[in-house]
Amino acid sequence: MIRKLRSITSSKAPAFIAVVLLLVVWQIVCVSGLVPGYMLPSPVDVASVFVTEFPILGGHLVVTLQEAFLGLFLGVTIGFVFAVTMDTFDILYRALYPILVISQTIPTVAIAPLLVLWFGYEMTPKVVLVVLVTFFPITVGLLDGFRAVDRDAIGLLRSMGASKWQIFRYLKCPSALPQFFSGLRIAAAYSVVGAVISEWLGGFNGLGVYMTRVKKAFAFDKMFAVIFLISAVSLALMALVSFAERKCMPYRNLHEEQKTK
Amino acid sequence: MEKLEVRNVSMSFDGRKVLDNVSITLRAGELVCLLGVSGGGKTTLFNIISGLLVPDQGQVFLDGEDVTGKPGRISYMLQKDLLLPYRTIEDNVALPLLLRGVPKKQARKQAVELFDEFGLEGTETLWPAQLSGGMRQRAALLRTYLFSQNVALLDEPFSALDTLTKASVHRWYLDVMQRIKLSTLFITHDIDEAILLSDRVYLLTNGHIDAELEIQEKKPRNPDFNLTPEFLAYKKQILSHL
Repeated sequence: MIRKLRSITSSKAPAFIAVVLLLVVWQIVCVSGLVPGYMLPSPVDVASVFVTEFPILGGHLVVTLQEAFLGLFLGVTIGFVFAVTMDTFDILYRALYPILVISQTIPTVAIAPLLVLWFGYEMTPKVVLVVLVTFFPITVGLLDGFRAVDRDAIGLLRSMGASKWQIFRYLKCPSALPQFFSGLRIAAAYSVVGAVISEWLGGFNGLGVYMTRVKKAFAFDKMFAVIFLISAVSLALMALVSFAERKCMPYRNLHEEQKTK
Repeated sequence: MEKLEVRNVSMSFDGRKVLDNVSITLRAGELVCLLGVSGGGKTTLFNIISGLLVPDQGQVFLDGEDVTGKPGRISYMLQKDLLLPYRTIEDNVALPLLLRGVPKKQARKQAVELFDEFGLEGTETLWPAQLSGGMRQRAALLRTYLFSQNVALLDEPFSALDTLTKASVHRWYLDVMQRIKLSTLFITHDIDEAILLSDRVYLLTNGHIDAELEIQEKKPRNPDFNLTPEFLAYKKQILSHL
């Protein structure tokens, strides 16, 4: 009995049931007329709007994804360079780490208008903002990973005559993979949200631009449709990262399988 | 012929003398044990022999060549096997060859050729997490062997294993050592292990060699050597020094 209960709670069923229940309650609230339809559209309304609006949404989505991916790619690259440099030169680590942390306390919405003033209404300010929000989790993740490497393992490789580069390639880099992927998962989710936020403040295309338009039209159903789209895309990106993580670290899943045995 | 010689090595950390004029020798094919309490400078001595630390005084010779402070000549193996979890067993074992610049395919081939000899057959493509403690130590030893063909420094390599596994690993080690003509310098704090495996035992107390003891029992040793009066006599002799 207890075992059965545990297998239910440990699976994904509770989360799934909770989501369905939430949608059902929402639908009931709307249909029963507790909340007027123009303020809170029902899930069914949102779904139907989503279908009819999809050609337009799809076009905006492509733009947003381009910004997100380009920004994420640059963010990961810059984050990697930062992490490696800061790990190699301890003085840089001590000098830059506090600045990095402080930079993250600045709200994204606060710098986005500045970026628009500096870089205009095209794609550049969006990509820059995505870079700013994504490179931090990557840098910090990698740095933690590099620093967590067993000192004895470094000693062993050194005793085998390994150069600094070889220690990096065979030890530090692969050891930091778990932390890198945790950072990447966060960065992937941030990248879409970052792109959308920067589109709010000016632009011609993208889901953020679409959002500001439907907001001005008080089209709540379209608002909800685009919100769902954004979170679905973020989830899909995170799932993609998890998939890549499993592919890159097959030895980890196996460890878990053994543990559950 | 002396394989390895440590000559008059002294080392201090923050004014505290960790090693005081230590001299030891290891002849070809010998298994020599360094016995002493934890924190008695044993590991420091190993770091000096492997070239990771430069001693304040003294030198280390490998086959007559001065290798003091030169890493990359003699590797060691620790209690922790330090197998990299993200490399398969064959790739872990082949690592020292890769570090030396041997192409990957060839390094792997060279490593796999020795798997039978070390009782590792069938584990080539497994991950370290899939192996038992005893098997992991075998793999770690093969990695050490691929690095420096004839000298092995072992720092309490079997102390994390349970008693039964330990006994079988001891037998296996003596057997392998003889077949591949390995000279071993071995750190331990386990007196029984020292007497059972060694040709000679150095007692290291407070950073200097207190005594040197020859274990004259023939090799390969009888599995119940540790139950004989001779064994106990050696043990008494060692205990009298500590």
